[in-house]
Amino acid sequence: MNAFFRKRARPRLVGQGGDRLPGGPVSPGDRRQLPGPEERARPVAVGHARLRFMCLVLATLFAVVSWRLVDIMILAPETARGTANAAMARQMAEEPVRKRSDIVDRNGLVLATDLPTVNLFADTRGIPRPEIERAIAALPALFPELDPEKLRRDLYSQRAFVYIRHHLTPFEQKRVNDLGIPGLEFETAEKRVYPGGRALSHVVGTTNLDNRGSSGLENYFDRWLTTSDEPLVLSIDLRVQHITHRVLSESVKHFRAQGGSALVLDVATGEVMAMVSLPDFEPERNGSPADKERFNRATLGVYEMGSVFKVVNTAMALESGIPLGSYFDASAPLRIGGHSISDYKGKNRPLSIPEIMMYSSNIGSARMASRVGTTYQREFLRNLGLLEPVRIELPERGTPLVPNPWREISTLTVAFGHGLSITPLHLASAVSAVINGGVFIPPTLLKVQDRQAVQGTRVISERNSVIMRALMRLVVEAGSGKSAAVNGYYVGGKTGTADKQVGRGYARNSVLASFVAGFPMTAPRYVVLFTLDDPQPVQGTWGYRTAGWNAAPSTGRLIAEIAPLLGVAPSYFSPSGFFDESLIQEVGLKTLEPEGGPAR
Amino acid sequence: MSDLRSRTPAYGTPRFVSGSGPNAAPAMFTRLDTSVVSNWRWTIDWVLVTAMMVLVVFGFILILAAGPSAARRINVDTMHFVNRQILFILAAIVLMMGTSLLSLKWLRRMGALGFLGVLGVLALVPVLGSEIKGSTRWISLGSFALQPSEFAKPLFAIVCAWLFAAGKEYRRFPGDLVALGLLGVLGGMLILQPDFGMTMIVSAVFGVQFFLAGLSLFWVFCLVAAGCAGAYLAYLLIPHVNHRVNAFLDPASTDQYQITQSMRAFTEGGFLGRGPGEGRIKSLLPDAHTDFIYSVAGEEFGLLLCLLIAGLFLFIALRATWRLRGERDLFAILATGGLIALISFQALINMASSLSLIPTKGMTLPFISYGGSSTLATALAMGMLLALSRHRPHGDSP
Repeated sequence: MNAFFRKRARPRLVGQGGDRLPGGPVSPGDRRQLPGPEERARPVAVGHARLRFMCLVLATLFAVVSWRLVDIMILAPETARGTANAAMARQMAEEPVRKRSDIVDRNGLVLATDLPTVNLFADTRGIPRPEIERAIAALPALFPELDPEKLRRDLYSQRAFVYIRHHLTPFEQKRVNDLGIPGLEFETAEKRVYPGGRALSHVVGTTNLDNRGSSGLENYFDRWLTTSDEPLVLSIDLRVQHITHRVLSESVKHFRAQGGSALVLDVATGEVMAMVSLPDFEPERNGSPADKERFNRATLGVYEMGSVFKVVNTAMALESGIPLGSYFDASAPLRIGGHSISDYKGKNRPLSIPEIMMYSSNIGSARMASRVGTTYQREFLRNLGLLEPVRIELPERGTPLVPNPWREISTLTVAFGHGLSITPLHLASAVSAVINGGVFIPPTLLKVQDRQAVQGTRVISERNSVIMRALMRLVVEAGSGKSAAVNGYYVGGKTGTADKQVGRGYARNSVLASFVAGFPMTAPRYVVLFTLDDPQPVQGTWGYRTAGWNAAPSTGRLIAEIAPLLGVAPSYFSPSGFFDESLIQEVGLKTLEPEGGPAR
Repeated sequence: MSDLRSRTPAYGTPRFVSGSGPNAAPAMFTRLDTSVVSNWRWTIDWVLVTAMMVLVVFGFILILAAGPSAARRINVDTMHFVNRQILFILAAIVLMMGTSLLSLKWLRRMGALGFLGVLGVLALVPVLGSEIKGSTRWISLGSFALQPSEFAKPLFAIVCAWLFAAGKEYRRFPGDLVALGLLGVLGGMLILQPDFGMTMIVSAVFGVQFFLAGLSLFWVFCLVAAGCAGAYLAYLLIPHVNHRVNAFLDPASTDQYQITQSMRAFTEGGFLGRGPGEGRIKSLLPDAHTDFIYSVAGEEFGLLLCLLIAGLFLFIALRATWRLRGERDLFAILATGGLIALISFQALINMASSLSLIPTKGMTLPFISYGGSSTLATALAMGMLLALSRHRPHGDSP
């Protein structure tokens, strides 16, 4: 290796002493400088040495390769397999199968649960071309909903991971396996199934393809559902929910309404026993439902509720100290600032408070609110939660459209449910407070385990609450809500037919018809709010589209069906034990239920 | 050629008979016959030829294994790659043997001329070339896409050997600088294509030759340091290099489909392999017939063939070095060293890539991988190596 390190000799200049080339003397003009034989041999020796050194390095490198070969092929194939599977493992680790807790109704019936399935995906880089063609021909035959064009694009995309179809049944998985096409692979997945179906589509909500909650309770409790082992117990009663869904569906269909909503609330706890919004959707359906179907009218939609709001207005007037026997002039339309408030089928005379409720007088209600004043009105509505977003365990919560600025005219129109847009759930919980003894309890979709522990805020006195029960009963006995009466359940309520807002004005022939009811009015247990969006006059309504002809009778049918399930015993006795005689006299209630069976 | 023969009798001084001419025919292939072919017959290293031919045969067997599945994947005739590779191999054998006929002087001359020609063609590639997979490296000649840069590698090795040797021979001739300049020109052209792998290997071979030519150790270290810095810069600045290296350092971070399948192939192969035609993973490896043919060898023929192939490459390098012992011609040493480095580096990078020893780098396995340009260029390099390893009287040095 001596030559290896030998330095290249310095170039010598021609003419220096002793510098003679073997060929003989070189003339000074010769520009070629040839090294002597020793000089020539030196680089050659270095070259040889270094070439041998290079061979040594190459031999070492080839030895490394050989050792690697022996290592992965003979000695430790498992480690090599481990390296090979690292990528797959990473993918699995990144997307663990996410287990979700069940959602059950108040009686433990399953409303949402996980089902283990497999997803079909393709590693398109691995599929030979003819096999791709075979897959494009065969897969749509197995899954008719597959779009062949999209499938072709996907399979030729050269991507490592393309979903073909989610949630295969074991039978479908076998059919795909039988095709024997390489590159078609399965990943384990969880499919959320909803035994409750359409009836609960807005309440329970939906999950996306990754099994994350995308709407409804699934979204609101997503974290809880993915971390808890316990099922989520709802306040919903599946039986009541189904009946409510059916009755509302029939009603919407019969009155050719655009949609509707129905709520059943437990007045003592705020528990939502049933909540339906139509149109609805099939939660397990592939593809996303239309916005219209996804929209929860009961909690997200805000509407001018119309005359049903008079329940709140009247309670406010009583609570402000206006005696029940007071009269308000409704002899002529009320004019204020260029606006005119008039009555539908007006009596054109001063009306008492029970009469204002019974005849649903706008003028009377407006005069009551006027006497109460804007400040008191706003405070009262705020205490009922009507000026803030509805409180419920859903991501779909509507925010009221509050008059701003709140002028005197607003005070007057809000009295009969115009100028303030709220969700049906707002109204239902407010009415619930009015008749439950005067305590506002925020609504909830979760089962209340300890009924005694429910806390609320008092909004009206117990006495005024009793008066309100009598007044609402009066509406059903003698007012616009007659068709809601159900023998034995002493239904009380209030109709409301609000002209729908269109742009800045109101539509002539399009209304929101609603009926809010409580039963039994002797000792209220449940509130029902039934809303129909734009019901049409049909045979039997004599050309009317007002709530008394559609929402009220539907509410009656609903109560007749759900009351027995809710454990409300029918009673055919006089209300005398619940209302004192003077109240019955003052309001003008009948003292006996009409003869007849328990159901209509 | 007659001119060549008469001026440089490759072997045998003094001449015993006038070997040329018709009267030499009866004495064909005797040591007395000094015709080019006869000389070649006696001076060529048949052991080296045999080793190279064995490699060619292995390549043929492996293209039979990997070709049909690759052809099916791109939807062409099943035997598409096999048929073409057979033609390439035949042409390669002719080219290899033809090249091995060259004497040192003619090797140098043809090498220099060929290099200038390839340089010219390379300059035309951006104009005439067709873009495949994002790089413009190919010039289509009918159904055959020629990749001139493949041929530039061995020719550049010859030119560099000449320049370095001349730099030693003639003091006033700045051979090192000229070689460096040529490297700059060639490297620039390759980077523009872009073909970093080729640039890398050309630079490495240049570095080896510079080293063999007696570069002082100080500069050797500088060169190594510069090489490392260059590689690190490439890692920092060139996104796909960065991606490849990161993927190698942390296999779990990205999807390394080819490597994953390649490792599976070796593992499935075991000692004797699954048997010819029994490979399954080859149909999942997109580059089974080119960059990952070593994996196919592993799966179907097992450890034995893999070791044999690796051993053959090393044997060729050692044998060519052995044959050069006592050589006094610096050019021959440098050229042999460069060609050995070229072939060995390419083989090592290919094998180490498929074995996940280094980041994946698209590099063909000489004589084994499918590809016309690659096979012919390897034949050129091997032929040159054969020419260099022929026995020469020492007086033959130019």
